[in-house]
Amino acid sequence: MSSINIDHLCALAALKLTAAERELVQGDLANIINMIDSMQAVTTDGVVPMANPLDMQQRLRADKIIEQVDRAALQQITTHTHDGYYVVPRFVE
Amino acid sequence: MNEYAELLNHELSRADVRTLAAALRAGDLSSFELTQHFLKRIEQQQSRLNTFITIDVEGALAAAKSADIKIRNGEAQPLTGIPWVCKDVFCTSGLRTTCGSRMLSGFVAPYESTATSRIRASGAVMLGKTNMDEFAMGSSNENSFFGPVANPWDLSRVPGGSSGGSAAAVAAGQAPLATGTDTGGSIRQPASFCGVVGLKPTYGRVSRYGMIAFASSLDQGGVFARSVEDCSTLFATMAGFDPLDSTSAAREDDWLDALRNGVPPSSPSPLRLGMPRQYFNGLRGDAEECLEAARKTLESLGHTVTEVDLPHSRPAIPAYYVISGAEASANLSRFDGVRYGRRAEDAVDLRTLYVQSRTDGFGTEVKRRILTGTYALSVGYYEAYYQKAQRIRRLIQQDFLTAFADVDVLLAPTTPGPAFRREELTHDPVAMYQQDIYTTPVSLAGLPAMTLPCGFIEGLPYGMQLIAPHFREDLLLSLGVHFQQSTDWHRQTADAAVLS
Repeated sequence: MSSINIDHLCALAALKLTAAERELVQGDLANIINMIDSMQAVTTDGVVPMANPLDMQQRLRADKIIEQVDRAALQQITTHTHDGYYVVPRFVE
Repeated sequence: MNEYAELLNHELSRADVRTLAAALRAGDLSSFELTQHFLKRIEQQQSRLNTFITIDVEGALAAAKSADIKIRNGEAQPLTGIPWVCKDVFCTSGLRTTCGSRMLSGFVAPYESTATSRIRASGAVMLGKTNMDEFAMGSSNENSFFGPVANPWDLSRVPGGSSGGSAAAVAAGQAPLATGTDTGGSIRQPASFCGVVGLKPTYGRVSRYGMIAFASSLDQGGVFARSVEDCSTLFATMAGFDPLDSTSAAREDDWLDALRNGVPPSSPSPLRLGMPRQYFNGLRGDAEECLEAARKTLESLGHTVTEVDLPHSRPAIPAYYVISGAEASANLSRFDGVRYGRRAEDAVDLRTLYVQSRTDGFGTEVKRRILTGTYALSVGYYEAYYQKAQRIRRLIQQDFLTAFADVDVLLAPTTPGPAFRREELTHDPVAMYQQDIYTTPVSLAGLPAMTLPCGFIEGLPYGMQLIAPHFREDLLLSLGVHFQQSTDWHRQTADAAVLS
């Protein structure tokens, strides 16, 4: 089994764990990845990966505007907006 | 409640859609009265079952009034005036959609999902949004921010998951119809545990537009009902091509249109059924007895049964948890506290806003799945895990296609056993994941499958799984109707436990 760097994974996933959660999740992840590793016993040489069960191709459409987005309606579901923009903490000094 | 009122309560709660629709059209009953009846029953049982996250009394009664007008004007469709309940994963305009998560506990979608839009357009009356495992991740409905759902057959047991609220609501007679979603078994497993019918259609058959995404190459909307015939009408109403979903299958079938118009599935000509040998190795004896009895019933109806091989069934669980975890980690990255969902109020910088909002908003199981998916997609492991799982996925699908060269439908278990006790498996995620052993292969292959009651184990319902080739839900429905014409497992009720 590959080693798990839980802090690195949390950083990638933008999550934070408490010390108690960290211990629990570390153990669970080790068990889950151990279970997942059982896949390695299957011979898959030459098998094409399947991303979609119907092997669908991306459906294309004409390059025309078909929908107008109502920005005001969409922004009603958050209170942190200003003049049509989303407001976040300052990140550029 | 006097004896007559109790009888009426029972009869209405257990009546099939055809009977209810006939009563509405004949004027024996109004949709308003029917809706009031179910709302009252839901209210009486909510503290014990916790099947609902949101009960929409006002919306339901308004929809019922509109339905009554349509019925009086002779404009009724098969589901006009019939109450139904909706898994809280489908976005409903103006009514909050939580996905069972603290992250979305106050979220009101600005648009309506295609599936619910079609059901509402049919005149059916939505009573509310049902409880579910957070973001549809779970097999016991113990992962909901809104608390666990109890199984109506035994309140100390789980209803299954993730669509546990919908399955339990139908089993408890809170509505004749419910929607659910199935990513790795989330309709079929709770249907088996609650003794109801659950249909997971072919991937791409029901639009995913407005269905909050868990794993986009696996998610599929479907239905619960007490009978296969009821199931077929709701399924057909939801199904069909949708240009708003890029993975919607661009096909229509004549039989689908007939079902939509209320024509029941016809009994099939004799079918060739296959029982996958690998699914029965190690299956507990009482579950095997239920399936053996079902096999005999189907043979007595003129169908033939042989054994088939699905040699790559065992790696389905690991492949499923890699693929679904990977897709979940990508899909749930949209929850950043900025545009919608829970937002950390005291964040001093942007990174903290993201991290704190997600940390506060997601529950433990969701975090576990995101981290599993993040691991599988991280540099150095992508080929070893994600690509490997996708290769196994193709082998699994190939197994099914090979089997379907010789048989029309597969007969299999849905679950290893009946509903387990609450908290029995919560300490061991891998043991919980193993509950999906008979359902994940079908999901990976994108096939349609239906669970229907076929017996009891220790007083609890147990369901068999019928699996068909892509887009052949008609075979499942016809065979299911045929089976239910000769059996009464689906007529057994859980009332005694619920009403005591």
